[in-house]
Amino acid sequence: MQRMLIFCIGLLFFSTNFLRAQGAEAPEARFQALEERIRALEAEVQSLKAALPAGGAPAAPAAAAAPLQAPTAPLPVYGGASAAAKALNPDIGIVGSFVGATGRNLGNPYPSLSLQESEVSLQAIVDPYARADFFLAVGEEGIEVEEGYITFPALPGNFLLKAGKMRSTFSRVNTFHNHTLPWIDRPLVQFNLMGGSLDEADVGIKEAGLSLSRLLPAPIFLEATAELFRGDSGSLFQASRRSDVSSVFHLRGYHDLSESTNLEIGGSYARGHNDVGSDFLTQLGGLDTTLRWKPLRRAIYHSFSARSEFVWSRRQEVANTQRAFGFFASAEYQLARRWFGGARFDWSERARNAEQHDNATSLVLTYWPSEFSQIRGQLRRTHYAEGNTANEFLFQFLFTLGAHGAHVF
Amino acid sequence: MKTKHLWFELWAVATLAALFVAGFAVSNAAAKTLNVMTTTEDLASLAREVGGEHVKVESIARGYQDPHFVEAKPSFLLKLQKADLLVLVGLQLEIGWLPPLITQSRNSRIQVGAQGYLDASTVAEILEKPTGPVTRAMGDVHPLGNPHYWLDPGNGRRIAKAVAQKLSELDRDDAAYFEQHFQDFDRRLQEAEKRWAQQVASLKGTEVITYHNSWPSFTERFGLKVVGYVEPKPGIPPSPSHTLEVINQIKQDKVPLILVEPYFDLKTPKAIADQSGAQVLVLLPSVGGVPQATNYFQLFDYNIRLLTEALAQRK
Repeated sequence: MQRMLIFCIGLLFFSTNFLRAQGAEAPEARFQALEERIRALEAEVQSLKAALPAGGAPAAPAAAAAPLQAPTAPLPVYGGASAAAKALNPDIGIVGSFVGATGRNLGNPYPSLSLQESEVSLQAIVDPYARADFFLAVGEEGIEVEEGYITFPALPGNFLLKAGKMRSTFSRVNTFHNHTLPWIDRPLVQFNLMGGSLDEADVGIKEAGLSLSRLLPAPIFLEATAELFRGDSGSLFQASRRSDVSSVFHLRGYHDLSESTNLEIGGSYARGHNDVGSDFLTQLGGLDTTLRWKPLRRAIYHSFSARSEFVWSRRQEVANTQRAFGFFASAEYQLARRWFGGARFDWSERARNAEQHDNATSLVLTYWPSEFSQIRGQLRRTHYAEGNTANEFLFQFLFTLGAHGAHVF
Repeated sequence: MKTKHLWFELWAVATLAALFVAGFAVSNAAAKTLNVMTTTEDLASLAREVGGEHVKVESIARGYQDPHFVEAKPSFLLKLQKADLLVLVGLQLEIGWLPPLITQSRNSRIQVGAQGYLDASTVAEILEKPTGPVTRAMGDVHPLGNPHYWLDPGNGRRIAKAVAQKLSELDRDDAAYFEQHFQDFDRRLQEAEKRWAQQVASLKGTEVITYHNSWPSFTERFGLKVVGYVEPKPGIPPSPSHTLEVINQIKQDKVPLILVEPYFDLKTPKAIADQSGAQVLVLLPSVGGVPQATNYFQLFDYNIRLLTEALAQRK
């Protein structure tokens, strides 16, 4: 106890002495520091005066003498439109599609006037390892997640992985959103063989799953994609059990024939369980080709593209297997900066009754008032298997708000 | 039939696994020479200046191509896949085509924010940054400022410096080499700037009409004055009424020159020239716009010679 008391008194004495010493030295040290600073500033003023040329204008700093420095400005927002307040918000865009139809169609009529779809896009970088894209299709009857997926672009081994709900890579046109098509409608082959029905306006393979793709070592661009989906895709695939997954494989080859011309050829295979039952499969085979021409010096005025897709369907049913085939061929020419003209021919059997086939011929004219809007007209003549013929004129207004999305290639 | 399904699914999983393993087996080893991809030829030329023999540089867009409307061709992915550094103009110039190329490049080194991603606009002096509200009623405006900033040699110097710094970060062993090349480039640019300053002395204050708003950095640096555009608004093709206004403006103010980028149609500018007495000049916004403009120095040499000769002839 006594020792403790002595220690405490000693500590108190020591600390008070220390504090007193500090208090006495502090003003003196501050004065010294201030004096030194004044002297330094005086020297700096003198050196600056000496550096001034006779005319009095400040001398330009010699760029060569400056050491290399890393750029320190902040990274730009990924395509973001503006201010810092929005820096971490996703890029937001909306594409409106207003469609009208005249003429008579007993097979698969469009409404006379409709805001067919408004697609809201939300896109951003998630973190240093991933980015995410959401496309919400707002129709007159509700909202649907058209696509919503995360992409991992920085995987080792040259892989690209996507997870979420997405449009499958089966054929080229299947990957296109409605507003990026060069026509108002989708080709008959997509409707007849890839899950079209009168209840389901949108067709094609788009569902929740995983997509893994890789560039293959080859002298040309060669990309292989393998996809695994839940197995529910409109009326094409239907999963009765958890194990009824569907799968898609796609091989895409691309080659620049010249600076202006290129050719793309793809082969696809899809397999899933259909609505007859878990033991019944639907398999699709596809072949797609696209030839593009765009002279670089006049790229904004003239271009041409021709595309064609062939689809073979093999659908197991209780009594037999339906083997159906369909294709389309189309061409589009850019006449001037704002004008595009095109034509398309469709021919397709029906997946559920391959003995029946439909065909259609379309002429399309598109006017682009600016990069952010399009006005399109399409004359379409369709012969349905039932024997009736539909002559229609479809028209469409497409308009984009917000973020500038990437152009479709 | 169930056994058949099981076999198929096993096969699918095996294919995926094989793809994955093959991917790791052929992953690229780091190269001694750095692969640099740039979005435009101007950035490529600057990268070559400071990178010398230690870089292999390639541009996505050609110099005679409108850099707003480049196609995202899959063949570019093969080049981007191997890139150690991607240098871009930024300010949304490449927004219509570069983001999907970066995402699909399968190259972690050049992803946004990665070490091999360099947005040159972050080091340049940018003109025409909007201060008020921006809407597309103004045309296809760039809300972050005018992206044609490389047409000021001062910005060329800043870009070259930033590229040299990036190359030094990526290849520390050759940092002194890149520094020395930058110093050499800077010295030659200073000499060229003196030469250009003398050559453009007679151009000071000359009024010009330009097709697109591509030239603010160039005209501010060399003393020209842009008094109108052939496009009524950025990205909007010329309309008859606006063309008439431009003709009247040229006649009234005696504007001697109409400057047109090589990727625009000359029909309207020539019609304006025929009716107003002005002269059309196809000026280059980028290296490679004509075969003789093979580097950043020749770009300015070509443009300044064209301008001075045209004005001398008119006098």
